[in-house]
Amino acid sequence: MTIPLLPFAASGVLIATGVTLMLERSLVRLLAGVVMLGNGVNLLIVTSSGSPGSPPILGRFPQEGMADPLPQAMVLTAIVITLGVTAFLLAMVHRSWQLTGSDEVQDDTEDRRVRLRARAGELSEAVRRRQEEYRRLLAEERVQRPTEKEARRRLRLRRREALRLMRHAIRQERARQALALDPELEGDD
Amino acid sequence: MESLVAVPVLLPLLAAGVKLAIGARLRRLQSLISIVTLTITAVVSLVLLVEVDAHGPVVTELGGWESPLGICLVADRLSTLMLVVSTLVTLCVMVYAVGGAYADQEHDAPMAIFNPAFLVMVAGVADAFLSGDLFNLFVAFEMLLSGSYVLLTFGGTQSRIRAGATYTVMGLASSMLFLIALAVTYAATGTLSFAQLAERFGPLDTHVKLLIELTLLLAFAIKAAIFPLSAWLPDSYPTAPAPATAVFAGLLTKVGVYAIIRLEALLFPGGPVATLLMWVALATMLVGVLGAVAQTDIKRVFSFTLVSHIGYMVFGVALSTVQGLSGAIFYVVHHITVTTGLFLVAGLIERRAGTTRVERLGGLMTATPLIALLYLIPALNLSGIPPMSGFLGKLALIQAGLADGSPLALLLVAGSLTTSLLTLYAVAKVWGKAFWRAPEPSVTGTVVESDESTGEDPVVTTTTMPLTLVGSTAALVVLGLSYTLLAGPLSALTDRAAAELMSRGPYVSAVLGRGE
Repeated sequence: MTIPLLPFAASGVLIATGVTLMLERSLVRLLAGVVMLGNGVNLLIVTSSGSPGSPPILGRFPQEGMADPLPQAMVLTAIVITLGVTAFLLAMVHRSWQLTGSDEVQDDTEDRRVRLRARAGELSEAVRRRQEEYRRLLAEERVQRPTEKEARRRLRLRRREALRLMRHAIRQERARQALALDPELEGDD
Repeated sequence: MESLVAVPVLLPLLAAGVKLAIGARLRRLQSLISIVTLTITAVVSLVLLVEVDAHGPVVTELGGWESPLGICLVADRLSTLMLVVSTLVTLCVMVYAVGGAYADQEHDAPMAIFNPAFLVMVAGVADAFLSGDLFNLFVAFEMLLSGSYVLLTFGGTQSRIRAGATYTVMGLASSMLFLIALAVTYAATGTLSFAQLAERFGPLDTHVKLLIELTLLLAFAIKAAIFPLSAWLPDSYPTAPAPATAVFAGLLTKVGVYAIIRLEALLFPGGPVATLLMWVALATMLVGVLGAVAQTDIKRVFSFTLVSHIGYMVFGVALSTVQGLSGAIFYVVHHITVTTGLFLVAGLIERRAGTTRVERLGGLMTATPLIALLYLIPALNLSGIPPMSGFLGKLALIQAGLADGSPLALLLVAGSLTTSLLTLYAVAKVWGKAFWRAPEPSVTGTVVESDESTGEDPVVTTTTMPLTLVGSTAALVVLGLSYTLLAGPLSALTDRAAAELMSRGPYVSAVLGRGE
């Protein structure tokens, strides 16, 4: 059996374009990708029946040159199914646009919660370290009261620096938590 | 007897059509039709199982076309066993759904859509189990997927549409892969009938054969949610309505596993893919269960354990011995029942407490001891506490792995044991937090709470638990327990089914009309 080159190449191009479009985040492009992929695959099924031939009707055409009718029967079913699912997808894209005003695939909130928990744990560790350092310096300063003035001044400066770092870490954590919960930033990480 | 084979496919489809024609009127009649349809299907499946087990595969040719040309439905031991379990489970879920809708006095319209979509899905599942050629299997997949698309986006709320988008696109992607594989198979062999393929794949070029096998495997693995292709499942399933999630979790992934069993046992026995499947099974088990441990929502915990336990079945298939296949089939039967039961219990918890997030739950043990019991039994069953069926299934698989004896099989045995322990940890965590902790205020009364961030409908909790809901859940839990009592006959049956699969002869000669 020989496979005609042109439809085969055309189905390859359609499938490749379809897959590329389906990788987009926009639902409308995704839909276009589904349509192209579906058509490409259906064309591939037709191609699988081999080179073109006469209509497969017994008694009217010679049997040797007949086209294989089975892939044609199958592709009809496949076309109808693709059509139905595409229509459903279109309705869903429209509903999604109605609800959110955008046509992007949205992130899963539950995944973001897990991500946030991991991130919060990691950052509160940073905050805790800063706090410990600050408390240690505070205690040191109390103990070193009777020593000379210059040493106390330097210690106070170090303590102030530790306090600044700690506040910075807390601020950073708050900002990141807000970022993780911000609905505007779906998908950014 | 031959005409009976078509009943599990045609009857639900017919009922779905009648229900669509009735529309939203006559709710009682609608529910009656559903339950009667599913009961008849269950009885027919049981009759078929007994017949097939005694006398070998039964084939029916639809439309009068002869076997390799037309569409044929084939009932052998594996498919009828799957059919029996799936119809029993869907019957319980249908009773649950109807009962829930009655109790909540829901609007008529949603139930009028739910019922036909559910029945179309059931017909698709039955068709997938019975189909005797690859193209009919594709049509069956599309039937059950279209039904599930409707059920998953039921009501069209924001979170369901979001989940539905990923789910539909994943479904489409796997269907397209399947179609590509069909085109290549037809071009290479000139047939799509399982029986003829089993003969014609033999002399085919190894590379073409491997290409077809891997493409088909990819398509089925997406449906079965095997590890690198499983990310869609925990994102989409938990958002659907409880009965829909339950039947998705119980049945739809198992249809994928069934297709893989058919593929590996009938079409490509003893190929080089078994080693790949072993590694994939190991990754599925471990990644899935680690996901389950990290989750804080009951439905999501179960979604991840579902992914993880698909690994057990793939392990059994990958061993490609009668013992391994038999263990895998036993595990599928056990897992369909137990998972569906667990998701129905999660639905009960949601109904009682308004949420399934464990950090907002607590004290369910004192508030509703019955739900606690209904949770505990299948949860322990899932994690494989002896003498329940989860233990027996894992034991069979582990024995098969030890009998194989290769280092990889031993590694998988170790992986199975670890997964089993981690599953126990995950379900025990839920138990400790949701059931044993001091009660939360929300569990004790009727509360209406609205989650602003997700734009969901307000959740209404209630203390009334209609008998239909609790009864159907309890029926599933008892069915899960009964596998322990029936373990002897059941495992003998799965042994015979696996032997029939491995020998391939009975199936092929029944379809192509030789022998007998």
